[in-house]
Amino acid sequence: MKRKDFLYLSGMGIGGALLSGMPVLPLPDVLLDPALKKQLADIALNAARSKGASYADVRIGRYRNQFIVTREDKVLNTVDTESYGVGIRVIAGGSWGFAATDKMDTDGIAQAAALAVSIARENARLLKEPVQLAPQKGYGEVSWKTPIEKNGFEIPIREKAELLLAVNAAAMKGGASWVDSSLFLVNEQKYFASTDGSYIDQDIHRIWPTFTVTKTNDKTGKFETRDALSAPRGMGYEYLIPSAREKIGGVTTLYRDRYDMIEDARLAAEQAAAKHSAKSVEAGKYDLVLDPSNLWLTIHESCGHPTELDRVLGYEANFAGTSFLTLDKWESKKFNYGSPLVNIVADKTQMGSLGAVGYDDEGVKTKEWDLIRNGILVNYQAIRDQAGIIGLNESQGCCYSQSWRDVQFQRMPNVSLRPGKTPLTPEEMISKVEKGIYIVGDSSYSIDQQRYNFQFSGQLFYEIRNGKIAGMLKDVAYQANTQEFWNSCSAICDQRDYRLGGSFFDGKGQPEQVSAVSHGSATARFNGINVINTARKI
Amino acid sequence: MPLFTQDEAKALLSKVLNFSKADECQVSISGGDGGNIRYARNSVSTSGATSSTQLAIASSFGKKQGITTINEYDDASLEKAVRRAEALAQLAPENPEYMPVLGPQTYAPAAKTYSPATAAISTRQRASLVEQSLATARDTGVTAAGFLQNYAGFSALMNSKGMFAYGTGTDVEFSITMRTNDGSGSGYAAGGFNDIGDLDVVAASKAAAWKAAHSAGARALEPGKYTVVLEPAAGIVLLENLYGALDARSADEGRSFLSLPGGKTRLGEKLVDEQVNIYSDPWNEQLPTYNYNGEGLPQQKVSWIEKGVVKNLMYSRYWAQKKGVPPMPFPDGFIVTGGSASLDELIKGTEKGILVTRLWYIRAVDPQTLLYTGLTRDGTFYIENGEIRYPVKNFRFNESPIIMLNNLEAMGRPVRTVSGEGGPAALIPPMKIRDFTFTSLSDAI
Repeated sequence: MKRKDFLYLSGMGIGGALLSGMPVLPLPDVLLDPALKKQLADIALNAARSKGASYADVRIGRYRNQFIVTREDKVLNTVDTESYGVGIRVIAGGSWGFAATDKMDTDGIAQAAALAVSIARENARLLKEPVQLAPQKGYGEVSWKTPIEKNGFEIPIREKAELLLAVNAAAMKGGASWVDSSLFLVNEQKYFASTDGSYIDQDIHRIWPTFTVTKTNDKTGKFETRDALSAPRGMGYEYLIPSAREKIGGVTTLYRDRYDMIEDARLAAEQAAAKHSAKSVEAGKYDLVLDPSNLWLTIHESCGHPTELDRVLGYEANFAGTSFLTLDKWESKKFNYGSPLVNIVADKTQMGSLGAVGYDDEGVKTKEWDLIRNGILVNYQAIRDQAGIIGLNESQGCCYSQSWRDVQFQRMPNVSLRPGKTPLTPEEMISKVEKGIYIVGDSSYSIDQQRYNFQFSGQLFYEIRNGKIAGMLKDVAYQANTQEFWNSCSAICDQRDYRLGGSFFDGKGQPEQVSAVSHGSATARFNGINVINTARKI
Repeated sequence: MPLFTQDEAKALLSKVLNFSKADECQVSISGGDGGNIRYARNSVSTSGATSSTQLAIASSFGKKQGITTINEYDDASLEKAVRRAEALAQLAPENPEYMPVLGPQTYAPAAKTYSPATAAISTRQRASLVEQSLATARDTGVTAAGFLQNYAGFSALMNSKGMFAYGTGTDVEFSITMRTNDGSGSGYAAGGFNDIGDLDVVAASKAAAWKAAHSAGARALEPGKYTVVLEPAAGIVLLENLYGALDARSADEGRSFLSLPGGKTRLGEKLVDEQVNIYSDPWNEQLPTYNYNGEGLPQQKVSWIEKGVVKNLMYSRYWAQKKGVPPMPFPDGFIVTGGSASLDELIKGTEKGILVTRLWYIRAVDPQTLLYTGLTRDGTFYIENGEIRYPVKNFRFNESPIIMLNNLEAMGRPVRTVSGEGGPAALIPPMKIRDFTFTSLSDAI
């Protein structure tokens, strides 16, 4: 997750503080005519071919973001960003080349295509082996849309701002000292065409409502926070229409496919205050009961990233890192990543998820496949120029670029823990734990560059003693080794408890790009995990 | 040549302002040309070039504002964009924290942020530099993964009260990870400069290859408190989280490590060891930055921490007005002063300790104490009697830069350092710290 970008966008504005505190009117929401996009795409493909490219693809993109940022009773930022341009990727001399431009006329596009070819040729002399693409049939002219019920961009800005102010009011009424809330909307209108004969028009939507409630204590000078328990989703504004059926009761209300932001803010204010008097955790071994709002991030970091084939092969060695899940472990067919209960699945198709698209950014139709089956590593995440390395005759459809101006590369699909097959609720799970901690919400997260050693925290911690919740804890973080952690998984709740979490800003690559990805799970239990106390004095 | 010269930018922004009917209007344009090349497994992987600009128009009526952005510059498109910004301003809620646009400002002469040689870097030049790095990998028998990118940009800002600011900048950044072919050792080096002439790709590649070769066969030490020597590439990722948090408003609101009981703050108090001085200076020759910020406020030389005492905090224009103090913009670059010793001399002066060459995946654990966690990476070594004795396995740490800078033993000569975590460049000295807290071991190499 690239938190810094989030803070930059929400706090500083784009292009400097000029945008700070100022709402933005979007350009007219007119989708470009696919016929025009096909015409522009063909200019690029023809120019690339005429310069000698053996393969070319073109992505014409109109990328829209809207974010509304508020605090207490004030709307601080309402910003729309919009970016329109074309990225052209080619193979020439066996090497990749890429160029992007926002000069959307015949000359601008043809020049970019020629530049991409010249870059490929220049780099070809540094190449050890030519790029080998897995075969991909052309789909002709096809399209796909995120199945949203309400387009968030079409909801009046005032209505969205009023929701956030109501959220803030609920938190302040509940005793919060401060509250910051924001709403992010993303719309990717992207058109892909390639020399394979595909012309793919897609309209992708994502949404993320979130807040942080702070409770200060003037006497001690301390402060405690509680972040929203929402998830970023591949949905429209319907995610923000509360539904009793989508709520799960317990120590706090948890949410499936509809989020009650006002209710969550009210509860957050109570819980931030309660943290001040919560017991500081005693370091040691505990059985952890992890809610999906916490576990998604552990799945993301300790399973999602190490099964990325580009990391395994060393393409990310200089930045994001490599992976402990080396090819020999996969080839052995017996590497026990986790206990037999652990089944981890990859997909780009799950409804309402951040990763769902019809086709990836190199024109491959998306699908679902197993990564870990009954605890054993069985597969990776691959794109066209990697598929052959693991014996696949087609890509798994994991290629993505954050915009028209960045080159596409392998990115994580949704990676999720399958729910347990035996009926089990979180309450039943907790009732069997003697000494444990129930953790809700995500917070601090860190993992090494090969994905062995991690440390995670959370938003809410509850001590479990002899099968019962015994009160709130604070200063909790859990540290573990990935393989030991997943082998300690002793129970997973059933489908009824399955929920999605996710990251809006997962960072990887050089230049760094962000992508959005979901991770589903039901509440799961992990035995004997090392918990540290994070309290310090300065 | 930047994409827009000062005269071209001024002419375009003036034209946009002439369309304005709002109480206030502020317009800005920025953009540039960039190129990059990436390699791994001793072979080039992806590379590319991008050229783009963006114009933003902010119109306000009273405390109601609207913004629109556009990247088409014909008169009709510009006028339409201005009308849209004004229409939205009329619909927007009032922002009680709105600050009127600034009047004309006086800026000290711009620092040398733009290098024609960097702006002229070609596809061929990038490929040739990478070729030299790959040759180093081949000659030393290790596997290279690296990245080189260059950018030449401009930025201009103008408003209806007559303020105008313009700047240009170039940047070239290189990072390299060398790994032994069996994956048992890894080393890293990076450099980032305004001028390509300051970048030595071969020296960085050799340094990374040395660390890779010498970090193979690492031994496990028990986690605990150790004296560490932090190379600048390791220190920067903790220090950037300290100076990035020097914000007055959050301190005043009781939600910062700078907050004290009774609504007081640590401004003016001694926070860290008295050897610590942190300041910003747009005209520093090694770290030149813009002479104005995104709102058009002049940037100045500012002391943030002096002899361990918090001297200044960032004040937004709104918070400064509320508190009756001058606004203090966030600077573009930070400088931590040090001593004159080299890294080698710091190592020589260490009886027992651990040399940390890089820290990675730094995340906040507790904002009340500025506690951070992360791991060592790409070369960690045990020091005994002033010498590097053997490589050690990587550690996870849980440490606060405040506690760390209170345990400061010595600092060396500051050097321009690239943040491996995405922060801005800074001048950072190597530092020797006692009682640095490692909490667990990692098997990662």
